[in-house]
Amino acid sequence: MRTAKEIVEYVAELSRIKLDEDETEKMIKELGEVIEYMDILQGLDTEGVEPMSHVFPITNVMREDEVTPSFEREDILRNAPERTDETLVVPKTIE
Amino acid sequence: MEDILNMTALELGSAIKRGEISSPEAVARVFDAIETKDKAINAYITLNRDQALERAAVVQQKIERDELTSPLAGVPVAIKDNICTKGIKTTCASKILGDFTPPYSATVTQKLETAGMVICGKLNMDEFAMGSTNETSYYGPVKNPFDTSRVSGGSSGGAAAAVAAREAVCALGSDTGGSIRQPASYCGVTGLKPTYGAVSRYGLIAYASSLDQIGPVARDVADCAAILGIICGHDPADSTSLDISHPDYTAVLDGGVRGMKIGLPRECFEAGLDSDVADRVRAAADTLRGAGAVVEEVSLPLLDYVVPTYCIIASAEASSNLSCFDGIKYGMRSRNYDGLTDLYNATRSEGFGDEVKKRILLGTFVLSSGYYDAYYRRALQVKALIKNHFDAIFEKYDLIVCPTSPTTAPRLGESLSDPLKMYLSDIFTASANIAGLPGLSVPCGFDRVGLPVGMQIIGQRLGEVKVLSAGYAYQQLTSYHKTAPGGDLR
Repeated sequence: MRTAKEIVEYVAELSRIKLDEDETEKMIKELGEVIEYMDILQGLDTEGVEPMSHVFPITNVMREDEVTPSFEREDILRNAPERTDETLVVPKTIE
Repeated sequence: MEDILNMTALELGSAIKRGEISSPEAVARVFDAIETKDKAINAYITLNRDQALERAAVVQQKIERDELTSPLAGVPVAIKDNICTKGIKTTCASKILGDFTPPYSATVTQKLETAGMVICGKLNMDEFAMGSTNETSYYGPVKNPFDTSRVSGGSSGGAAAAVAAREAVCALGSDTGGSIRQPASYCGVTGLKPTYGAVSRYGLIAYASSLDQIGPVARDVADCAAILGIICGHDPADSTSLDISHPDYTAVLDGGVRGMKIGLPRECFEAGLDSDVADRVRAAADTLRGAGAVVEEVSLPLLDYVVPTYCIIASAEASSNLSCFDGIKYGMRSRNYDGLTDLYNATRSEGFGDEVKKRILLGTFVLSSGYYDAYYRRALQVKALIKNHFDAIFEKYDLIVCPTSPTTAPRLGESLSDPLKMYLSDIFTASANIAGLPGLSVPCGFDRVGLPVGMQIIGQRLGEVKVLSAGYAYQQLTSYHKTAPGGDLR
């Protein structure tokens, strides 16, 4: 059984969010309260109930593979935090 | 002529059509109101003054040439800041999107513009729509126009407060667990969450995709119907938008409630409900009874499971949806990082506020191996049970009527110290999102300290006509929706 601290640190890592000591303590407390509250669902009999993600049936939408104009490169790059004239800039990913 | 800021959107639209006022004059009047009022309310994040005035001049010419026939042509509108507007900053009230200017418009934005409505600005909200008081905004809380020491509600707090304070004629909000209806209730205005799929979500920055729906916040039901008529419809860019034909919502409003069967859920009137709210909503139900509706008590035995189910589904989807904010393609990037993974970590840690981080962590937890079945899968099962229960009620009843929220607007700061209490303010609204139902909040009176109370009218999926007709019938018999902050509350 993992401790609450280990769980919070684990999901923070999965979420790509860094928490300092104080934030970790706060999240342990607040997430603990919410999860305890959500545990009320454990008391409900859901045996044999099919999980439902959408209230209307959702089906795959197919379309012809046609070439249509997309955004201008400059319109997309305008929002980039770091860029060159033609592309996004990211830190070195392969040594 | 009456001050245009007190007019409904439809009244203003017809005054523009008759040539009594021009669209640029109406837009200028809205910006004057924002200038005098918004320091105290904080409903807007971004104003679009120059573009709006230019646009209004173009729209005015088209109206005069009979090229724009929508009843809302020329009418100013404001848009919640999670709905993309090409060329106008769209921040989601977050630091991480502080400088984001979308290269495209949401489908609803395009539809409003095609109808000739003029976008005046972008409205404050809870960060990424996560909150019920508008206090999680990076740009500060929105104050309630009826008492500025109180919250506006959330997450579409800016939309509700701007309409109530007469610094917007009408607005678009979004509703994931009550985010249109609850602030509409707190601020004494009318707000509609349409059936899931009635309105395209393309260009709405997603919080929880299976629950999110865009809808109108306005002075009255007729305005909500007119705006819904503009924004509804199938969109190839949103595969969950329903490919159906919508009725002319404005034309079918006056059907009345005679003979309609309305269920009043007894669980909504039990513990935790403010007594003034209970009294006003019961009185409102009596008004509908007086108009010929058959009002009977019904039961919602799953009510206590609604908010936990909502919390799990919404946070799970949020944890996935918000993974795109990584400091690479758009939005802010931290300056202090060491390598790619740390760039993600640092950017997200600096860019997101506490409530957003909490919901991302919660969502990651309920989806993580070992907890998925106990939380996420179970919540989807309970979602099915809740939907089936509503379907059973709607076999016998046309509508459900209940309070929009258990209390009137709390004081600023009160809810942040008690997050569970804040989550519970969505207890009567979130079930409509879970079951995909349309829900309308209409003002139905004031509590002992003069704060607005809202009645919620819920219908079966695609039952907008009945929902709007009942709300319209109620507003023909009452004048609470006409009461401006500081006005006569009787």
